[in-house]
Amino acid sequence: MSDDSYISIQNVQKYFGSFCAIENISMDIAHGEFFSLLGASGCGKTTLLRMLAGFESPTKGEIFIDNQPMSDVPPHYRPVNMVFQSYAIFPHLNVHDNIAYGLRKRKLPKAKVTEMVDEMLNLISLPDYGNRKANELSGGQRQRIALARALILRPKVLLLDEPLGALDKQLREQMQLELRQLQRTVGITFVFVTHDQEEAMTLSDRIAVMADGEVMQLDTPIGLYERPVNRKVASFIGTMNFFDGVVADEAGETLKIEAQGLGPITAPANPSNKAGFYKGDKVQVAIRPEKLVLSAQKPDAAFAASGRVQNMAYLGERSHYLIEMDGLDKHVAVSSQNLVPGASLFEMGSDVWINWQSDAVVVLERN
Amino acid sequence: MSTDSYINRPNRPLQVYALIFLIVLYLPILFLPLFSFNDSIYVRFPMQGFTVQWYYDLMARSAVWAALMNSVKVGVAVSIVSTVLGIFAAKAITRYRFFGKEPIVIFIMLPLVVPLIIFGVALLVLFAQLLGVPLSLYTVAFGHLILCIPFSTAVLMPRFEGFDPAIEEASADLGENAWWTFWRVTFPMILPGVVASLLLCFTVSFDEFIMAFFLTGTDATLPMYIWGQLRFPQQFPSVLALSSLVIIGSFIIVLLGLWINRDADMTKTKAGTDA
Repeated sequence: MSDDSYISIQNVQKYFGSFCAIENISMDIAHGEFFSLLGASGCGKTTLLRMLAGFESPTKGEIFIDNQPMSDVPPHYRPVNMVFQSYAIFPHLNVHDNIAYGLRKRKLPKAKVTEMVDEMLNLISLPDYGNRKANELSGGQRQRIALARALILRPKVLLLDEPLGALDKQLREQMQLELRQLQRTVGITFVFVTHDQEEAMTLSDRIAVMADGEVMQLDTPIGLYERPVNRKVASFIGTMNFFDGVVADEAGETLKIEAQGLGPITAPANPSNKAGFYKGDKVQVAIRPEKLVLSAQKPDAAFAASGRVQNMAYLGERSHYLIEMDGLDKHVAVSSQNLVPGASLFEMGSDVWINWQSDAVVVLERN
Repeated sequence: MSTDSYINRPNRPLQVYALIFLIVLYLPILFLPLFSFNDSIYVRFPMQGFTVQWYYDLMARSAVWAALMNSVKVGVAVSIVSTVLGIFAAKAITRYRFFGKEPIVIFIMLPLVVPLIIFGVALLVLFAQLLGVPLSLYTVAFGHLILCIPFSTAVLMPRFEGFDPAIEEASADLGENAWWTFWRVTFPMILPGVVASLLLCFTVSFDEFIMAFFLTGTDATLPMYIWGQLRFPQQFPSVLALSSLVIIGSFIIVLLGLWINRDADMTKTKAGTDA
């Protein structure tokens, strides 16, 4: 456990019967962090969140919150609160009573409770909604009530289970900004579950990418995007071009690789990939579409290759191209920004050159 | 219906069928109140004239009131106990997965289809022969309980199915233990089902005859009393009057129960539709 860890998950395993939902996970989450669990459905992210809340108990391992072991602590004694995917607003109570629900045990005078609820309603920008009934609220409003209901108890950790999943795109983007703002205002540690990589990137300080009950990579959004540790992470976060290659030479921080379709190239040895690569290793070379630059003439660049535009999509601020290259059975995706109106548009079928910088290349194990 | 789409088109033969169905169903019952106002002890046409004498006779008889009170006592006790047990059963069936769930559900519902005479005889043997328990209103109530639990369970199950389990989890998450979660969240949400179950069980117990026939001791329930009076032809009009009152009372209670439980499927948390 590192010193600044606030939530510490240590060797946690979870089996449902013989089905393994969580393989063996250890991670630390810092105080005040906006932390996301990202993965496709069935990857174990919700199970892990429910273990933090206390609705599931680990088959093995221990979870510490603020240095306290949580195994024997039932949900109603845990210093965490949760925003449910379905919001779980109490339908028989009005907004005020929903938000004040958790305050019963504190035995506060009525005026104090009302004051606290009003403060929360202001925080979530729904003042004067106290007397509304639960069924008079829209999806976005329910979501905010669910947030207020949890935050009023000042939990040490707020757990959010895909809280934006049911909202439409526009509201979703607005709520993402508000959520991030809110988290900075209240300074509470957020653990956020989502399957939407863009959402995770927008909100999080750090992200744990999960698959099949394991954490594949735990990193900052930049780290995940720029230095993915394997093909799964690389293709889950954004799009990525993959080329088969063989290490021709290793020289300190730089690898010389013979890559299919690209020829001899150099790449930085991936620092987040602990297993180093040696001469003769079969590897995968990965390059993001926006790191590839298109030009009509042979460019004056260290690394370049030629091909034909097989397909093109104009998206306004950028264009997406699929480039057909000799010696490659897949098309290479290129995303180029349309900086000058109409200037960088390449016609379908036209011959083009792509070039890239050495540090744009990520080297991964081949599997 | 203003929209006469294919599916909503009025269908004359079906309307006639529905009318005949209802007449056949309820006409025999309507003879009871009709003849309870007939100024003759014989039930036959032509009727002799209008009277409320039989209702006056009824009021004057203390045995009727005693039987009525017995039935009310049994009905109230049975409906409360049955509803409490029904809540447990319905919650277990809808919320938890456990070994042997399907057979257990079938066993709970079985009294609805097993002939009551079999239950009556079996309980009589159990109480009188094997356990030596004297027959009383308690034994009647026990018999009625077996009959009412399936009704309670069936009425309450849709209530539990109708709400998101996350709502109970949310209560736990906000600091309430199981006891408080039940009273602050679960109970208010299933309340219409609870009221419906109480009313339904009360009417089932109140009208029940066969079990009572086997299990009654010296205190008769109302149906037992009516059965006893049928032996005396001169009492028959009073029985008609009493039956009429029972029918009206039962009707009111059942309709009240249905009305309270009318939105059984509408309490679902509509996460998918409007959220």
